[in-house]
Amino acid sequence: MADELYYQSVADLSARLEHKDLSSVELTRAVIDRTRSVEAKIHAFNSFDEDDALAQAAASDARRAAGASGGPLEGIPVGLKDVIAVENQPLTASSRMLANFVSPYDSTVTQKLKKTGAVLWGRLNLDEFAMGSSTENSATGVTTNPWDPSCVPGGSSGGSAAAVAAGEAIVTLGSDTGGSIRQPAALCGVVGMKPTYGLVSRFGLIAFASSLDQIGPFAHTVEDIAILLQAIAGHDERDSTSFQSAVPNYRAALAQKKGPWKLGIPKEYFGEGLDPEVGAAVEAAIAYYRGQGCEIKAVSLPHTQYCLDAYYVIATAEASSNLARYDGVRYGHRSPEAKEIGELYFKSRAEGFGDEVKRRIMLGTYVLSSGYYDAYYLRAQKVRTLIRQDFLNAFYDVDALITPTTPTPAFKIGAKVDPLALYLCDIYTIGANLAGLPAISVPCGFASSGLPIGLQLIGQPFAEAELLAVAQAYEHGHDWNQRHPQL
Amino acid sequence: MASDHEIDIDRVAELARLELTPAEKEKFSRQLGDVLHHIRQLEQVDVEGVEPTAHAFPLFNVWADDVAQPGLPVAAALRNAPVQRDHMVAVPKIVD
Repeated sequence: MADELYYQSVADLSARLEHKDLSSVELTRAVIDRTRSVEAKIHAFNSFDEDDALAQAAASDARRAAGASGGPLEGIPVGLKDVIAVENQPLTASSRMLANFVSPYDSTVTQKLKKTGAVLWGRLNLDEFAMGSSTENSATGVTTNPWDPSCVPGGSSGGSAAAVAAGEAIVTLGSDTGGSIRQPAALCGVVGMKPTYGLVSRFGLIAFASSLDQIGPFAHTVEDIAILLQAIAGHDERDSTSFQSAVPNYRAALAQKKGPWKLGIPKEYFGEGLDPEVGAAVEAAIAYYRGQGCEIKAVSLPHTQYCLDAYYVIATAEASSNLARYDGVRYGHRSPEAKEIGELYFKSRAEGFGDEVKRRIMLGTYVLSSGYYDAYYLRAQKVRTLIRQDFLNAFYDVDALITPTTPTPAFKIGAKVDPLALYLCDIYTIGANLAGLPAISVPCGFASSGLPIGLQLIGQPFAEAELLAVAQAYEHGHDWNQRHPQL
Repeated sequence: MASDHEIDIDRVAELARLELTPAEKEKFSRQLGDVLHHIRQLEQVDVEGVEPTAHAFPLFNVWADDVAQPGLPVAAALRNAPVQRDHMVAVPKIVD
Protein backbone atom coordinates (compact mmCIF):
# COMPACT_ATOMS: atom_id res chain seq x y z
CA MET A 1 0.00 0.00 0.00
CA ALA A 2 1.06 3.53 -0.62
CA ASP A 3 2.05 5.73 2.32
CA GLU A 4 -0.89 8.10 2.10
CA LEU A 5 -3.39 7.61 4.91
CA TYR A 6 -6.30 7.65 2.47
CA TYR A 7 -4.95 4.57 0.64
CA GLN A 8 -4.46 2.45 3.77
CA SER A 9 -6.69 -0.54 4.44
CA VAL A 10 -9.32 -0.63 7.17
CA ALA A 11 -7.40 -3.51 8.73
CA ASP A 12 -4.21 -1.40 9.03
CA LEU A 13 -5.96 1.84 9.97
CA SER A 14 -8.04 0.22 12.68
CA ALA A 15 -4.86 -1.20 14.23
CA ARG A 16 -3.28 2.27 14.22
CA LEU A 17 -6.42 3.83 15.68
CA GLU A 18 -6.47 1.13 18.34
CA HIS A 19 -2.84 1.85 19.26
CA LYS A 20 -3.65 5.57 19.41
CA ASP A 21 -0.93 6.59 16.97
CA LEU A 22 -3.71 7.92 14.74
CA SER A 23 -7.02 9.60 15.56
CA SER A 24 -10.23 9.39 13.58
CA VAL A 25 -10.18 13.18 13.28
CA GLU A 26 -6.70 13.04 11.66
CA LEU A 27 -7.80 10.27 9.31
CA THR A 28 -11.06 11.97 8.41
CA ARG A 29 -9.24 15.24 7.80
CA ALA A 30 -6.81 13.42 5.46
CA VAL A 31 -9.76 12.02 3.50
CA ILE A 32 -11.43 15.45 3.38
CA ASP A 33 -8.20 17.11 2.17
CA ARG A 34 -7.75 14.45 -0.48
CA THR A 35 -11.36 14.90 -1.59
CA ARG A 36 -10.90 18.66 -1.83
CA SER A 37 -7.83 18.24 -4.03
CA VAL A 38 -9.20 15.66 -6.51
CA GLU A 39 -12.98 15.96 -6.45
CA ALA A 40 -13.16 18.67 -9.11
CA LYS A 41 -11.63 16.15 -11.50
CA ILE A 42 -13.49 13.01 -10.32
CA HIS A 43 -16.97 14.17 -9.19
CA ALA A 44 -17.48 11.02 -7.12
CA PHE A 45 -19.84 12.80 -4.71
CA ASN A 46 -23.26 14.36 -5.03
CA SER A 47 -22.74 15.97 -1.65
CA PHE A 48 -20.65 15.77 1.49
CA ASP A 49 -20.66 17.53 4.83
CA GLU A 50 -17.14 18.11 6.21
CA ASP A 51 -18.28 19.49 9.57
CA ASP A 52 -20.64 16.59 10.12
CA ALA A 53 -17.89 14.06 9.25
CA LEU A 54 -15.39 15.73 11.60
CA ALA A 55 -18.00 15.80 14.37
CA GLN A 56 -18.59 12.07 13.88
CA ALA A 57 -14.82 11.50 13.94
CA ALA A 58 -14.43 13.48 17.18
CA ALA A 59 -17.25 11.46 18.72
CA SER A 60 -15.50 8.26 17.63
CA ASP A 61 -12.22 9.37 19.21
CA ALA A 62 -14.10 10.13 22.41
CA ARG A 63 -15.71 6.67 22.39
CA ARG A 64 -12.35 5.05 21.90
CA ALA A 65 -10.81 7.10 24.70
CA ALA A 66 -13.64 5.89 26.94
CA GLY A 67 -12.91 2.28 25.96
CA ALA A 68 -16.11 1.87 23.92
CA SER A 69 -14.83 1.16 20.41
CA GLY A 70 -17.42 -0.36 18.06
CA GLY A 71 -15.00 -2.64 16.21
CA PRO A 72 -12.73 -2.47 13.14
CA LEU A 73 -14.80 0.24 11.41
CA GLU A 74 -14.70 2.55 14.45
CA GLY A 75 -13.57 5.97 13.21
CA ILE A 76 -13.14 4.89 9.55
CA PRO A 77 -14.69 7.17 6.85
CA VAL A 78 -17.20 5.11 4.82
CA GLY A 79 -18.88 6.59 1.73
CA LEU A 80 -22.45 5.69 0.79
CA LYS A 81 -24.04 5.50 -2.64
CA ASP A 82 -26.76 8.13 -2.89
CA VAL A 83 -29.56 5.54 -2.81
CA ILE A 84 -28.92 4.49 0.80
CA ALA A 85 -30.97 6.51 3.28
CA VAL A 86 -29.26 8.41 6.10
CA GLU A 87 -31.57 10.29 8.47
CA ASN A 88 -31.58 14.06 7.89
CA GLN A 89 -29.16 13.76 4.94
CA PRO A 90 -29.91 14.35 1.25
CA LEU A 91 -30.99 11.27 -0.73
CA THR A 92 -31.18 12.02 -4.45
CA ALA A 93 -30.56 8.82 -6.47
CA SER A 94 -28.78 11.32 -8.79
CA SER A 95 -32.23 12.30 -10.09
CA ARG A 96 -33.93 15.65 -10.55
CA MET A 97 -36.95 13.85 -9.10
CA LEU A 98 -35.31 13.77 -5.65
CA ALA A 99 -33.02 16.81 -5.99
CA ASN A 100 -34.31 18.33 -2.73
CA PHE A 101 -35.24 15.19 -0.85
CA VAL A 102 -33.94 14.78 2.70
CA SER A 103 -34.33 11.30 4.20
CA PRO A 104 -36.57 11.16 7.27
CA TYR A 105 -35.03 7.88 8.43
CA ASP A 106 -31.97 5.60 8.30
CA SER A 107 -31.65 2.50 6.16
CA THR A 108 -30.85 -0.68 8.07
CA VAL A 109 -27.27 -0.73 6.75
CA THR A 110 -26.88 2.89 7.88
CA GLN A 111 -28.06 1.98 11.38
CA LYS A 112 -25.68 -0.97 11.43
CA LEU A 113 -22.75 1.20 10.30
CA LYS A 114 -23.56 3.80 12.93
CA LYS A 115 -23.38 1.03 15.56
CA THR A 116 -19.87 0.13 14.39
CA GLY A 117 -18.75 3.72 14.93
CA ALA A 118 -17.90 4.32 11.26
CA VAL A 119 -17.75 7.94 10.04
CA LEU A 120 -20.48 8.26 7.39
CA TRP A 121 -18.90 10.31 4.66
CA GLY A 122 -20.78 11.81 1.73
CA ARG A 123 -23.39 10.74 -0.80
CA LEU A 124 -21.83 9.09 -3.85
CA ASN A 125 -22.86 9.64 -7.46
CA LEU A 126 -24.57 6.99 -9.60
CA ASP A 127 -26.56 6.51 -12.76
CA GLU A 128 -30.01 7.93 -12.03
CA PHE A 129 -31.95 5.43 -9.86
CA ALA A 130 -29.02 3.00 -10.39
CA MET A 131 -30.01 2.52 -14.04
CA GLY A 132 -26.87 2.42 -16.15
CA SER A 133 -23.34 1.11 -16.50
CA SER A 134 -21.29 4.30 -16.81
CA THR A 135 -22.60 6.93 -14.33
CA GLU A 136 -23.30 9.07 -17.42
CA ASN A 137 -27.03 8.94 -16.63
CA SER A 138 -26.60 11.03 -13.48
CA ALA A 139 -28.53 14.30 -13.26
CA THR A 140 -25.54 15.78 -11.39
CA GLY A 141 -23.00 15.00 -14.12
CA VAL A 142 -20.68 12.10 -14.93
CA THR A 143 -18.12 10.70 -12.49
CA THR A 144 -14.75 10.20 -14.20
CA ASN A 145 -12.45 7.20 -14.00
CA PRO A 146 -9.49 8.07 -11.72
CA TRP A 147 -7.17 6.08 -14.02
CA ASP A 148 -8.16 8.16 -17.04
CA PRO A 149 -10.57 11.06 -16.58
CA SER A 150 -11.67 10.82 -20.22
CA CYS A 151 -13.14 7.38 -19.41
CA VAL A 152 -16.22 6.30 -17.46
CA PRO A 153 -15.85 4.72 -13.99
CA GLY A 154 -18.56 2.17 -14.81
CA GLY A 155 -21.90 2.12 -13.07
CA SER A 156 -24.25 2.39 -11.66
CA SER A 157 -22.15 2.67 -8.47
CA GLY A 158 -19.49 4.72 -10.32
CA GLY A 159 -19.09 7.23 -7.50
CA SER A 160 -18.58 4.47 -4.91
CA ALA A 161 -15.85 2.81 -7.03
CA ALA A 162 -14.10 6.02 -8.09
CA ALA A 163 -14.05 7.40 -4.51
CA VAL A 164 -12.14 4.34 -3.28
CA ALA A 165 -9.79 4.34 -6.28
CA ALA A 166 -9.06 8.06 -5.83
CA GLY A 167 -8.65 7.94 -2.04
CA GLU A 168 -11.76 10.04 -1.37
CA ALA A 169 -13.07 7.42 1.07
CA ILE A 170 -11.41 4.42 2.72
CA VAL A 171 -14.25 2.07 1.78
CA THR A 172 -17.76 2.60 0.35
CA LEU A 173 -21.10 0.92 -0.13
CA GLY A 174 -22.90 0.54 -3.44
CA SER A 175 -25.83 -1.46 -4.75
CA ASP A 176 -25.86 -4.12 -7.45
CA THR A 177 -28.89 -5.05 -9.55
CA GLY A 178 -27.16 -6.34 -12.69
CA GLY A 179 -23.49 -5.67 -11.99
CA SER A 180 -23.61 -2.17 -10.51
CA ILE A 181 -20.96 -2.95 -7.88
CA ARG A 182 -18.73 -5.43 -9.72
CA GLN A 183 -18.56 -3.64 -13.08
CA PRO A 184 -17.40 -0.24 -11.70
CA ALA A 185 -15.05 -2.04 -9.26
CA ALA A 186 -13.41 -3.74 -12.26
CA LEU A 187 -13.22 -0.53 -14.28
CA CYS A 188 -11.72 1.45 -11.37
CA GLY A 189 -9.27 -1.23 -10.15
CA VAL A 190 -10.80 -1.90 -6.73
CA VAL A 191 -12.53 -4.85 -5.06
CA GLY A 192 -16.34 -4.91 -5.10
CA MET A 193 -18.79 -7.55 -3.91
CA LYS A 194 -22.45 -8.33 -4.42
CA PRO A 195 -23.63 -10.58 -1.58
CA THR A 196 -26.18 -13.38 -1.91
CA TYR A 197 -29.69 -12.00 -2.41
CA GLY A 198 -31.23 -11.73 1.05
CA LEU A 199 -27.99 -11.51 3.07
CA VAL A 200 -28.10 -7.70 3.41
CA SER A 201 -31.29 -5.82 4.23
CA ARG A 202 -32.75 -3.61 1.49
CA PHE A 203 -34.74 -1.51 3.98
CA GLY A 204 -33.93 2.13 3.21
CA LEU A 205 -32.35 1.36 -0.17
CA ILE A 206 -34.15 3.23 -2.97
CA ALA A 207 -35.71 0.39 -4.95
CA PHE A 208 -34.86 -0.29 -8.59
CA ALA A 209 -35.63 -4.01 -9.13
CA SER A 210 -36.58 -5.54 -5.81
CA SER A 211 -35.90 -9.20 -6.65
CA LEU A 212 -32.36 -8.36 -7.84
CA ASP A 213 -31.12 -5.36 -5.78
CA GLN A 214 -28.47 -6.02 -3.15
CA ILE A 215 -26.22 -3.65 -1.19
CA GLY A 216 -22.51 -4.47 -1.07
CA PRO A 217 -19.02 -3.14 -0.28
CA PHE A 218 -16.08 -1.58 -2.20
CA ALA A 219 -12.51 -1.63 -0.85
CA HIS A 220 -8.85 -2.02 -1.82
CA THR A 221 -8.52 -5.44 -0.18
CA VAL A 222 -10.60 -8.58 0.23
CA GLU A 223 -10.09 -8.42 4.01
CA ASP A 224 -11.68 -4.96 4.08
CA ILE A 225 -14.61 -6.33 2.06
CA ALA A 226 -15.00 -9.02 4.75
CA ILE A 227 -14.97 -6.36 7.49
CA LEU A 228 -17.59 -4.22 5.78
CA LEU A 229 -19.79 -7.20 4.86
CA GLN A 230 -19.69 -8.33 8.49
CA ALA A 231 -21.04 -4.94 9.53
CA ILE A 232 -24.00 -4.88 7.13
CA ALA A 233 -25.07 -8.56 6.81
CA GLY A 234 -27.86 -10.19 8.76
CA HIS A 235 -31.59 -10.70 9.03
CA ASP A 236 -33.88 -7.67 9.23
CA GLU A 237 -37.58 -8.03 9.91
CA ARG A 238 -38.20 -4.80 7.97
CA ASP A 239 -37.14 -6.55 4.73
CA SER A 240 -39.37 -9.57 4.15
CA THR A 241 -36.88 -11.01 1.63
CA SER A 242 -34.09 -10.89 4.20
CA PHE A 243 -32.82 -14.36 5.08
CA GLN A 244 -32.89 -15.79 8.58
CA SER A 245 -29.53 -17.43 8.95
CA ALA A 246 -26.51 -17.04 11.17
CA VAL A 247 -23.84 -14.71 9.78
CA PRO A 248 -20.40 -16.33 9.95
CA ASN A 249 -17.27 -14.45 10.99
CA TYR A 250 -15.96 -13.59 7.52
CA ARG A 251 -12.62 -12.21 8.61
CA ALA A 252 -11.87 -15.25 10.75
CA ALA A 253 -12.89 -17.50 7.87
CA LEU A 254 -10.27 -15.85 5.66
CA ALA A 255 -7.57 -17.10 8.02
CA GLN A 256 -9.04 -20.63 8.13
CA LYS A 257 -10.06 -21.44 4.56
CA LYS A 258 -6.97 -22.12 2.50
CA GLY A 259 -8.17 -24.30 -0.35
CA PRO A 260 -7.25 -25.80 -2.70
CA TRP A 261 -10.59 -25.33 -4.40
CA LYS A 262 -12.35 -26.76 -7.40
CA LEU A 263 -12.94 -23.83 -9.72
CA GLY A 264 -15.19 -23.84 -12.77
CA ILE A 265 -14.59 -21.97 -16.01
CA PRO A 266 -17.89 -21.37 -17.83
CA LYS A 267 -17.04 -21.48 -21.51
CA GLU A 268 -19.90 -19.13 -22.43
CA TYR A 269 -18.06 -16.27 -20.70
CA PHE A 270 -15.02 -16.44 -22.94
CA GLY A 271 -16.57 -16.02 -26.38
CA GLU A 272 -17.18 -13.28 -28.89
CA GLY A 273 -16.94 -9.70 -27.60
CA LEU A 274 -14.28 -10.39 -24.94
CA ASP A 275 -11.36 -7.98 -25.24
CA PRO A 276 -8.12 -10.00 -25.80
CA GLU A 277 -6.24 -8.20 -23.01
CA VAL A 278 -9.07 -8.88 -20.55
CA GLY A 279 -9.17 -12.50 -21.68
CA ALA A 280 -5.39 -12.87 -21.23
CA ALA A 281 -5.49 -11.36 -17.71
CA VAL A 282 -8.25 -13.76 -16.67
CA GLU A 283 -6.43 -16.73 -18.23
CA ALA A 284 -3.33 -15.74 -16.23
CA ALA A 285 -5.44 -15.69 -13.05
CA ILE A 286 -6.76 -19.17 -13.86
CA ALA A 287 -3.19 -20.37 -14.38
CA TYR A 288 -2.27 -18.89 -11.00
CA TYR A 289 -5.02 -20.84 -9.23
CA ARG A 290 -3.94 -24.00 -11.02
CA GLY A 291 -0.38 -23.37 -9.84
CA GLN A 292 -1.72 -23.09 -6.28
CA GLY A 293 -3.10 -26.62 -6.50
CA CYS A 294 -6.68 -25.75 -7.42
CA GLU A 295 -8.52 -28.10 -9.75
CA ILE A 296 -9.76 -26.18 -12.79
CA LYS A 297 -12.81 -27.64 -14.52
CA ALA A 298 -14.58 -26.55 -17.69
CA VAL A 299 -18.29 -26.07 -17.03
CA SER A 300 -21.23 -24.90 -19.10
CA LEU A 301 -24.01 -22.45 -18.28
CA PRO A 302 -26.05 -23.10 -21.43
CA HIS A 303 -28.64 -20.32 -20.96
CA THR A 304 -26.05 -17.56 -20.57
CA GLN A 305 -26.95 -15.97 -23.89
CA TYR A 306 -30.46 -15.27 -22.55
CA CYS A 307 -29.38 -13.58 -19.30
CA LEU A 308 -29.38 -10.06 -20.74
CA ASP A 309 -32.85 -10.41 -22.25
CA ALA A 310 -34.40 -12.00 -19.17
CA TYR A 311 -32.80 -9.30 -17.04
CA TYR A 312 -34.09 -6.38 -19.09
CA VAL A 313 -37.63 -7.76 -18.92
CA ILE A 314 -37.61 -8.55 -15.19
CA ALA A 315 -35.62 -5.52 -13.99
CA THR A 316 -37.62 -3.00 -16.02
CA ALA A 317 -40.93 -4.61 -15.03
CA GLU A 318 -40.02 -4.27 -11.37
CA ALA A 319 -38.69 -0.74 -11.94
CA SER A 320 -41.89 0.41 -13.63
CA SER A 321 -43.77 -0.69 -10.54
CA ASN A 322 -41.27 0.65 -7.99
CA LEU A 323 -40.97 4.05 -9.67
CA ALA A 324 -44.73 4.53 -9.87
CA ARG A 325 -44.43 6.09 -6.40
CA TYR A 326 -42.79 9.20 -7.88
CA ASP A 327 -46.00 11.00 -8.74
CA GLY A 328 -45.29 14.53 -7.54
CA VAL A 329 -47.80 14.25 -4.70
CA ARG A 330 -46.17 13.38 -1.35
CA TYR A 331 -42.48 14.02 -2.11
CA GLY A 332 -40.14 14.52 -5.02
CA HIS A 333 -40.41 16.88 -7.95
CA ARG A 334 -43.81 18.49 -8.59
CA SER A 335 -44.29 20.29 -11.87
CA PRO A 336 -45.17 23.96 -11.34
CA GLU A 337 -47.08 23.79 -14.66
CA ALA A 338 -49.66 21.22 -13.54
CA LYS A 339 -53.19 22.57 -13.12
CA GLU A 340 -55.08 19.35 -12.47
CA ILE A 341 -54.18 15.98 -10.96
CA GLY A 342 -53.63 14.07 -14.22
CA GLU A 343 -51.27 16.73 -15.48
CA LEU A 344 -49.50 16.63 -12.14
CA TYR A 345 -48.49 13.00 -12.70
CA PHE A 346 -47.57 13.32 -16.38
CA LYS A 347 -45.62 16.55 -16.13
CA SER A 348 -43.89 15.87 -12.82
CA ARG A 349 -42.61 12.53 -14.08
CA ALA A 350 -41.63 13.94 -17.48
CA GLU A 351 -39.64 16.74 -15.82
CA GLY A 352 -38.22 14.67 -12.94
CA PHE A 353 -36.88 11.59 -14.76
CA GLY A 354 -33.99 11.39 -17.23
CA ASP A 355 -34.12 9.52 -20.53
CA GLU A 356 -32.77 6.15 -19.37
CA VAL A 357 -35.20 6.01 -16.46
CA LYS A 358 -38.08 6.86 -18.82
CA ARG A 359 -36.96 4.15 -21.25
CA ARG A 360 -36.86 1.52 -18.52
CA ILE A 361 -40.17 2.55 -17.00
CA MET A 362 -41.78 2.32 -20.44
CA LEU A 363 -40.15 -1.00 -21.30
CA GLY A 364 -41.28 -2.41 -17.96
CA THR A 365 -44.77 -1.01 -18.44
CA TYR A 366 -44.92 -2.59 -21.88
CA VAL A 367 -43.80 -6.10 -20.83
CA LEU A 368 -46.34 -6.08 -18.00
CA SER A 369 -49.19 -4.70 -20.08
CA SER A 370 -52.26 -6.68 -21.08
CA GLY A 371 -51.52 -8.90 -24.07
CA TYR A 372 -47.75 -8.96 -23.55
CA TYR A 373 -47.38 -10.24 -19.99
CA ASP A 374 -47.18 -13.94 -20.89
CA ALA A 375 -44.95 -13.40 -23.91
CA TYR A 376 -42.37 -11.28 -22.10
CA TYR A 377 -42.62 -11.14 -18.32
CA LEU A 378 -43.80 -14.66 -17.54
CA ARG A 379 -41.46 -16.13 -20.15
CA ALA A 380 -38.50 -14.17 -18.71
CA GLN A 381 -39.29 -15.49 -15.23
CA LYS A 382 -39.26 -19.05 -16.58
CA VAL A 383 -35.94 -18.43 -18.34
CA ARG A 384 -34.68 -17.10 -15.01
CA THR A 385 -35.46 -20.50 -13.50
CA LEU A 386 -33.33 -22.18 -16.18
CA ILE A 387 -30.47 -19.71 -15.69
CA ARG A 388 -30.49 -20.30 -11.95
CA GLN A 389 -30.59 -24.06 -12.49
CA ASP A 390 -27.52 -23.80 -14.77
CA PHE A 391 -25.54 -22.26 -11.90
CA LEU A 392 -26.79 -24.75 -9.31
CA ASN A 393 -25.89 -27.64 -11.64
CA ALA A 394 -22.37 -26.23 -12.07
CA PHE A 395 -21.98 -26.00 -8.30
CA TYR A 396 -22.42 -29.77 -7.94
CA ASP A 397 -18.91 -29.99 -9.37
CA VAL A 398 -17.11 -26.81 -8.32
CA ASP A 399 -16.79 -24.43 -5.35
CA ALA A 400 -16.77 -21.22 -7.37
CA LEU A 401 -16.76 -19.95 -10.94
CA ILE A 402 -14.13 -17.74 -12.58
CA THR A 403 -15.07 -15.27 -15.32
CA PRO A 404 -14.06 -11.83 -16.53
CA THR A 405 -16.09 -9.12 -14.73
CA THR A 406 -16.53 -7.07 -17.90
CA PRO A 407 -15.93 -7.67 -21.61
CA THR A 408 -13.62 -4.63 -21.91
CA PRO A 409 -11.76 -2.12 -19.72
CA ALA A 410 -13.33 1.33 -19.18
CA PHE A 411 -14.59 3.06 -22.32
CA LYS A 412 -14.55 6.74 -23.21
CA ILE A 413 -17.21 9.07 -21.81
CA GLY A 414 -19.82 9.51 -24.54
CA ALA A 415 -18.63 6.50 -26.56
CA LYS A 416 -21.78 4.41 -26.10
CA VAL A 417 -24.88 6.37 -27.06
CA ASP A 418 -27.03 3.41 -28.06
CA PRO A 419 -28.84 2.02 -24.97
CA LEU A 420 -28.37 -1.57 -26.13
CA ALA A 421 -24.58 -1.12 -26.45
CA LEU A 422 -24.47 0.00 -22.81
CA TYR A 423 -26.65 -2.90 -21.69
CA LEU A 424 -24.05 -5.31 -23.11
CA CYS A 425 -21.46 -4.01 -20.55
CA ASP A 426 -23.23 -6.10 -17.91
CA ILE A 427 -23.27 -9.34 -19.86
CA TYR A 428 -21.00 -11.24 -17.41
CA THR A 429 -22.44 -9.83 -14.20
CA ILE A 430 -26.21 -10.20 -14.71
CA GLY A 431 -26.30 -13.99 -14.22
CA ALA A 432 -25.34 -13.77 -10.54
CA ASN A 433 -28.21 -11.33 -9.92
CA LEU A 434 -30.80 -13.48 -11.69
CA ALA A 435 -29.61 -16.53 -9.74
CA GLY A 436 -29.21 -14.54 -6.49
CA LEU A 437 -25.58 -15.64 -6.05
CA PRO A 438 -22.68 -13.88 -4.31
CA ALA A 439 -20.01 -12.57 -6.68
CA ILE A 440 -16.89 -10.48 -6.28
CA SER A 441 -14.63 -8.56 -8.64
CA VAL A 442 -10.93 -8.30 -7.78
CA PRO A 443 -8.27 -6.41 -9.77
CA CYS A 444 -6.34 -8.83 -12.02
CA GLY A 445 -4.11 -6.60 -14.12
CA PHE A 446 -3.96 -3.61 -16.42
CA ALA A 447 -4.55 -3.18 -20.13
CA SER A 448 -1.81 -1.63 -22.29
CA SER A 449 -3.84 1.60 -22.03
CA GLY A 450 -3.14 1.60 -18.27
CA LEU A 451 -6.77 0.87 -17.41
CA PRO A 452 -7.57 -1.78 -14.76
CA ILE A 453 -9.06 -5.22 -15.47
CA GLY A 454 -11.32 -7.18 -13.09
CA LEU A 455 -11.62 -10.88 -12.32
CA GLN A 456 -15.07 -12.11 -11.29
CA LEU A 457 -15.55 -15.00 -8.87
CA ILE A 458 -19.10 -16.31 -8.42
CA GLY A 459 -19.89 -18.38 -5.34
CA GLN A 460 -22.58 -20.69 -4.02
CA PRO A 461 -25.57 -19.19 -2.20
CA PHE A 462 -24.58 -17.78 1.21
CA ALA A 463 -21.00 -19.09 0.75
CA GLU A 464 -19.48 -15.60 1.06
CA ALA A 465 -16.82 -16.84 3.48
CA GLU A 466 -15.57 -19.38 0.93
CA LEU A 467 -15.77 -16.88 -1.92
CA LEU A 468 -13.78 -14.26 -0.02
CA ALA A 469 -11.10 -16.84 0.76
CA VAL A 470 -10.83 -17.80 -2.93
CA ALA A 471 -10.54 -14.10 -3.84
CA GLN A 472 -7.92 -13.44 -1.19
CA ALA A 473 -5.83 -16.41 -2.35
CA TYR A 474 -5.46 -14.60 -5.68
CA GLU A 475 -4.94 -11.19 -4.09
CA HIS A 476 -2.12 -12.47 -1.86
CA GLY A 477 -0.17 -13.64 -4.89
CA HIS A 478 -0.42 -10.29 -6.70
CA ASP A 479 0.18 -6.63 -5.98
CA TRP A 480 -2.30 -4.95 -8.34
CA ASN A 481 -3.91 -3.17 -5.39
CA GLN A 482 -0.60 -1.49 -4.54
CA ARG A 483 -0.93 0.65 -7.65
CA HIS A 484 -2.88 3.87 -7.54
CA PRO A 485 -3.88 6.35 -10.22
CA GLN A 486 -1.80 9.51 -10.70
CA LEU A 487 -4.11 12.39 -9.88
CA MET B 1 -31.49 -2.32 -36.31
CA ALA B 2 -34.82 -2.40 -38.08
CA SER B 3 -37.61 -3.07 -35.67
CA ASP B 4 -40.41 -5.32 -36.83
CA HIS B 5 -42.09 -4.98 -33.48
CA GLU B 6 -43.31 -1.41 -33.22
CA ILE B 7 -44.24 -0.42 -29.72
CA ASP B 8 -47.43 1.64 -29.30
CA ILE B 9 -45.59 4.51 -27.66
CA ASP B 10 -48.73 6.56 -26.97
CA ARG B 11 -50.36 3.74 -25.04
CA VAL B 12 -47.20 2.86 -23.09
CA ALA B 13 -46.52 6.50 -22.18
CA GLU B 14 -50.13 6.87 -21.06
CA LEU B 15 -49.88 3.77 -18.85
CA ALA B 16 -46.52 4.96 -17.46
CA ARG B 17 -47.87 8.48 -16.79
CA LEU B 18 -45.12 10.15 -18.80
CA GLU B 19 -45.72 13.19 -20.99
CA LEU B 20 -43.56 12.89 -24.12
CA THR B 21 -42.79 15.40 -26.87
CA PRO B 22 -43.22 14.27 -30.50
CA ALA B 23 -39.41 14.06 -30.83
CA GLU B 24 -39.18 11.91 -27.69
CA LYS B 25 -41.91 9.62 -28.97
CA GLU B 26 -39.97 9.05 -32.17
CA LYS B 27 -36.67 8.48 -30.35
CA PHE B 28 -38.01 6.24 -27.59
CA SER B 29 -40.14 4.08 -29.88
CA ARG B 30 -37.10 3.42 -32.07
CA GLN B 31 -34.81 2.65 -29.11
CA LEU B 32 -37.38 0.48 -27.34
CA GLY B 33 -38.08 -1.30 -30.62
CA ASP B 34 -34.40 -2.23 -30.86
CA VAL B 35 -34.32 -3.49 -27.28
CA LEU B 36 -37.52 -5.51 -27.77
CA HIS B 37 -36.07 -6.99 -30.92
CA HIS B 38 -33.13 -8.26 -28.84
CA ILE B 39 -35.39 -9.47 -26.04
CA ARG B 40 -37.41 -11.57 -28.46
CA GLN B 41 -34.49 -14.02 -28.42
CA LEU B 42 -36.29 -15.38 -25.36
CA GLU B 43 -38.78 -16.97 -27.76
CA GLN B 44 -36.06 -19.49 -28.70
CA VAL B 45 -35.97 -20.98 -25.19
CA ASP B 46 -38.04 -24.08 -24.50
CA VAL B 47 -39.88 -23.19 -21.30
CA GLU B 48 -42.45 -25.98 -21.49
CA GLY B 49 -43.18 -27.14 -17.93
CA VAL B 50 -40.74 -24.67 -16.34
CA GLU B 51 -41.95 -22.84 -13.24
CA PRO B 52 -41.39 -19.07 -13.17
CA THR B 53 -38.89 -17.63 -10.65
CA ALA B 54 -39.95 -14.43 -8.90
CA HIS B 55 -37.18 -14.55 -6.31
CA ALA B 56 -33.93 -16.51 -6.34
CA PHE B 57 -34.59 -17.84 -2.84
CA PRO B 58 -38.34 -17.85 -2.32
CA LEU B 59 -39.46 -17.23 1.22
CA PHE B 60 -43.03 -18.04 2.14
CA ASN B 61 -45.26 -16.92 4.98
CA VAL B 62 -43.02 -14.29 6.49
CA TRP B 63 -45.02 -13.16 9.48
CA ALA B 64 -44.53 -10.32 11.87
CA ASP B 65 -46.16 -10.01 15.28
CA ASP B 66 -49.21 -7.78 15.09
CA VAL B 67 -47.83 -5.13 17.38
CA ALA B 68 -48.23 -1.42 16.73
CA GLN B 69 -44.91 0.31 16.03
CA PRO B 70 -44.34 4.04 16.15
CA GLY B 71 -44.62 5.59 12.68
CA LEU B 72 -42.97 8.73 11.36
CA PRO B 73 -44.00 11.90 13.19
CA VAL B 74 -46.21 14.14 11.02
CA ALA B 75 -43.51 16.78 10.63
CA ALA B 76 -41.00 14.18 9.39
CA ALA B 77 -43.52 12.56 7.06
CA LEU B 78 -44.45 15.91 5.52
CA ARG B 79 -40.94 17.30 5.41
CA ASN B 80 -40.53 16.52 1.71
CA ALA B 81 -44.09 17.32 0.61
CA PRO B 82 -44.05 19.80 -2.30
CA VAL B 83 -47.09 21.66 -0.91
CA GLN B 84 -48.68 21.14 2.49
CA ARG B 85 -51.48 22.67 4.49
CA ASP B 86 -52.89 21.82 7.94
CA HIS B 87 -50.80 18.63 8.33
CA MET B 88 -51.85 17.41 4.89
CA VAL B 89 -50.35 17.19 1.43
CA ALA B 90 -52.08 19.68 -0.86
CA VAL B 91 -52.78 18.72 -4.50
CA PRO B 92 -54.56 20.40 -7.40
CA LYS B 93 -58.32 19.99 -7.57
CA ILE B 94 -59.36 16.37 -8.26
CA VAL B 95 -63.14 16.79 -8.91
CA ASP B 96 -65.08 19.74 -10.21
